[in-house]
Amino acid sequence: MTADGNGSAFGSRIRKEDARFVRGLGKFVDDVVLPGMLHGAMLRSPMAHARIVSVDVSAALAHPRVKTVITGEMLAERGMAWMPTLSYDQQAVLATDKVRFQGQEVAFVVAEDRYAARDALELIDVEYEPLPAVVDAHQALAPDAPVIRDDRPGQQDNHIFDWESGDAQRVAEVFAEADVVVEQDMLYPRVHPAPLETCGIVADMDPVSGRLTVWSTAQAPHAHRSLYAQLTGIPEHRIRVIANDIGGGFGNKVGVYPGYVCAIVASMITQQPVKWIEDRAENLMSTAFARDYHMRGEIAARSDGTILGLRVRVLADHGAFNATAQPSRYPAGFFGVFTGSYDLQAAHCSVTGVYTNKAPGGVAYSCSFRVTEAVYLVERMVDLLACELDMDPAELRMRNLIRPEQFPYDTATGWRYDSGDYPRALAKLLDMAGYHDLRAEQAAKRERGELMGIGLSFFTEAVGAGPRKHLDMYGFGMADGAELRVHPSGTAVLRVSCMSQGQGHETTFAQLVANELGIGVDEVDVVQGDTDHTPFGVGTYGSRSIAVSGAAAVTVARKVREQARLIAAAMLEADPEDLEWGDGRWYVRGVEGAGHTLAEIARAAHADIDLPDGVDGQLAASTVYNPPNLTFPFGAYLCVVDVDPDTGQVTVRRFVAVDDCGVRINPMIVDGQIHRGLADGIGMALMEHIAFDADGNHLGGSFMDYLLPTALECPSWELGETVTPSPHHPVGAKGIGEAATVGSPAAVVNAVMDALRPCGVRHADMPLTPAAVWRAIQGRALRSDLAIR
Amino acid sequence: MQVPAQFEYERATSVAHAVDLLVKYNGAGRVIAGGHSLIPMMKLRLARPEVLIDINEVGELAGIVRDGDELRIGALVRHNELLDSAEAAQLFPILVDAERVIADPIVRNRGTVGGSLCQADPSEDLSAAFSALRADAVIQGPQIRRTVPIRDFFVGPYETVVGPDELLVELRVPVRPGSGSAFVKVSRRAGDWAVGAVGAAVWLAGDVITEIGIGLSALGAQNFVAVEAEDFLRGRVVSAEAFAEAGRIAAEHCDPPVDQRGPADYKRHLAATLVARSLTLASHRAGREV
Ligand SMILES: Cc1cc2nc3c(=O)[nH]c(=O)nc-3n(C[C@H](O)[C@H](O)[C@H](O)COP(=O)(O)OP(=O)(O)OC[C@H]3O[C@@H](n4cnc5c(N)ncnc54)[C@H](O)[C@@H]3O)c2cc1C
Repeated sequence: MTADGNGSAFGSRIRKEDARFVRGLGKFVDDVVLPGMLHGAMLRSPMAHARIVSVDVSAALAHPRVKTVITGEMLAERGMAWMPTLSYDQQAVLATDKVRFQGQEVAFVVAEDRYAARDALELIDVEYEPLPAVVDAHQALAPDAPVIRDDRPGQQDNHIFDWESGDAQRVAEVFAEADVVVEQDMLYPRVHPAPLETCGIVADMDPVSGRLTVWSTAQAPHAHRSLYAQLTGIPEHRIRVIANDIGGGFGNKVGVYPGYVCAIVASMITQQPVKWIEDRAENLMSTAFARDYHMRGEIAARSDGTILGLRVRVLADHGAFNATAQPSRYPAGFFGVFTGSYDLQAAHCSVTGVYTNKAPGGVAYSCSFRVTEAVYLVERMVDLLACELDMDPAELRMRNLIRPEQFPYDTATGWRYDSGDYPRALAKLLDMAGYHDLRAEQAAKRERGELMGIGLSFFTEAVGAGPRKHLDMYGFGMADGAELRVHPSGTAVLRVSCMSQGQGHETTFAQLVANELGIGVDEVDVVQGDTDHTPFGVGTYGSRSIAVSGAAAVTVARKVREQARLIAAAMLEADPEDLEWGDGRWYVRGVEGAGHTLAEIARAAHADIDLPDGVDGQLAASTVYNPPNLTFPFGAYLCVVDVDPDTGQVTVRRFVAVDDCGVRINPMIVDGQIHRGLADGIGMALMEHIAFDADGNHLGGSFMDYLLPTALECPSWELGETVTPSPHHPVGAKGIGEAATVGSPAAVVNAVMDALRPCGVRHADMPLTPAAVWRAIQGRALRSDLAIR
Repeated sequence: MQVPAQFEYERATSVAHAVDLLVKYNGAGRVIAGGHSLIPMMKLRLARPEVLIDINEVGELAGIVRDGDELRIGALVRHNELLDSAEAAQLFPILVDAERVIADPIVRNRGTVGGSLCQADPSEDLSAAFSALRADAVIQGPQIRRTVPIRDFFVGPYETVVGPDELLVELRVPVRPGSGSAFVKVSRRAGDWAVGAVGAAVWLAGDVITEIGIGLSALGAQNFVAVEAEDFLRGRVVSAEAFAEAGRIAAEHCDPPVDQRGPADYKRHLAATLVARSLTLASHRAGREV
């Protein structure tokens, strides 16, 4: 163990939580069974847009095993028919006036078992008066478009917001000077995080103590507690939210869903615990989707390949309620980083958000608050420019990357990238991939009429939100707490406000603490996801756990180490200033090998030695970490595909990924996160999307329709790394949770477009299914947001 | 919430017992084999049988056996058994090609040949494969056991000639010399249903095609077969041109459904491409390169 704490606890390939997961002994919300527990089922709208004429629940109530049926009207009497969203809009808990998307919540049945609850759904009689649906985002602002949100006072159309970033004037100037300008429309289709565990809750209102306990799939348990307090009027200190193991979140489990609120109300009414577990179709059709960005990009450059400027216009489809989970002052998330990894003079984007008759959401699926959309846009535009200039896309990127000596780098849209060595990562990638040989192989194949493509993508993420001065979620500054207590034997418990959904926090965070205190990783347990037992914080999403909570963990560990110094000084009868930390001990400078370990100091703290004034007889600390800046992980990706021109089938043959996430605490977990994100990229690029037909019917409501990639679509990933530590994070880590999801789709699409170049194809939207590829070759690209006709 | 409506359960111990139970419940009973089609439909409440009659323990329905000039495949043979059958692989590689791309190992472990055919999903791969092979289906009713050519087995989408009190017992595939067969499929992802799939079987005398079977799945072919393309090829010498022409004819005569797997023009093109490819591979396996 070295003095900076950067010692042996890092780098080991272990995972503490695997012991229970591989045995099938994880405890998920559906594993929670309480005495007298009732079961809820949700009645959902079959229509995308309709006025509710009447809701008759009498037959359902007459079912012998049904306890109660909650309707919008009943909620309205309690002032709970609507709930606030994370974007300061309101969302219907149960519809009272209209339904606004297919799958919207209409009534909630509570029964003795889940079969009866489901049976009773069929006994509810709802009369709807159908209304025309707004399906095509491009028609949402048409003068004759039906107004979806007539519940909002003064709302006359489907417009939500206009937001812009950058300098339009400067962009106009650089575009005027440019030798080439390339323009392209592109859609980042609506996709879904599709965690394998759907959302669910068990709500238990104790009528005697007035305490509400909630077990739920919550990536942000503390934020959920605050919202429940606001909605129900139950004081916050009497609400306990427990998120046990979570089977994947990817942003899908950040917000509060109507089913959670209904289960809580049902428990308040019945005075019994109520469980509600979503099914697959409900998850895919009604919970937070991702993307749905209709973008127009323009890139300007000199003929030598120097990129001058970038201009983007975005139409953002937010669905029926504006419920995107992003920092409040950023209605387009961090899309403003769309200048990517390039040194350019001017940039401007404007984003317009619209309502449509689709499920709410928008920020999810490991998007780093819309950095996915931004990276996809810029990386496609750079490839299109390379085509236009007939330049090699690797060379074009190398020429324009921000150079290492330019950091910290202020982008044209106002972001300060803190650190990076981009050319090194790109050079490493090209070397690992054997880029020149690949190009030679491609040339030979083209001669024979075979379609092979090589796609590149270089991305910079902006994660670890964030400084609380600029960034808040629903009014809560994006800081996170940590508490550390060392027991007399020298073992430690760390309590954090973030919540793992499979990312291995129990291991990584234990490593962070063990590294600082010179104890074993097994000697640190991590408590998370229980609001009664963890400090407040805004939770895990946007790759913020290591960047924010991880920094909090290191900070408390260092505080404890400093306490230990004072106690050790008392034990050694020395001046604390004369002590040094090394090899897991405080010792008097010059007498290495002597001194005391943390375990010895912990025991002494609770024993009978005389402690100096002001020193408590314990080793414990707490903190709230407010990050000084975001962190900026980056990476360089390369994908090789083969395309069958007659069937349009794409085969991903190779994928090489060089990631720089700063210091790697647990390389195995880092690799796992990258593997997952690369698979996401193949999924989005080749198969995942949600389309709607003209009536607003959702066409991706099952895993037969919404396809997730399998191992058979994924090549054996080839991973590489560079390490440029974050200058402001206490151990130099940057975050890895979303990097590969952000960076990989563009590499796959660029590869397919590169393959199709001999066919004269410039662009086709994701997903590049066999039909979409074949149609692109025919010059009649498919629209992936609408039903195929 | 996806849970089935209430149902009763009976376990059949023999073919005769299963048929008795079907008669007893008089249309309210439904056979369950692997359950991979029926149970999802029940969970979505698209199917609501009052009684499930489980045939999984009926030994008479199991097994793959060579019987003279026929290969007999029991209705309860699991996809995986067919996939692993050396006999099938040697005689009819089309079946192994098809099984390799049907669903995933979990579905293949339980799903059965009989269930696949009785489900009569327009995208069912085995329907096309057995149609190409000109197999016969053996059906047991309360009074008689009848044999129906597979090409007369399908009445329409999700509809077959198997009556409410009948059971599919086995498939009989004729074994004749000079044959080659192959199955090719395009799907959006491994384990997904076909965007389009084609199975071809050829019987050659020298270079001449003496008999031919072309089965199409998911492409809107009547009874899963491309009769016009077969008629065109019968009696011809194998050649790339003839196979391409057969593809064109098959594409012209099918009526592909438009869905999220693709538009009609694409699927028609796919029919032409896959017919030619499957024929080329089948004739290669029969010992004739084109
Ligand atoms: C995820 C998934 C992916 C799939 N992908 C493919 C694919 O790519 N290609 C493909 O072709 N198929 C695919 N399938 C379908 C699969 O092949 C069938 O679900 C399955 O094999 C049907 O057989 P089973 O034994 O499970 O039938 P069951 O579900 O048990 O029964 C299906 C129907 O047949 C009837 N039935 C069953 N046996 C008999 C009998 N002996 N006599 C009379 N009636 C009977 C039942 O009453 C029922 O109506 C997929 C299925 C799933 C779940």
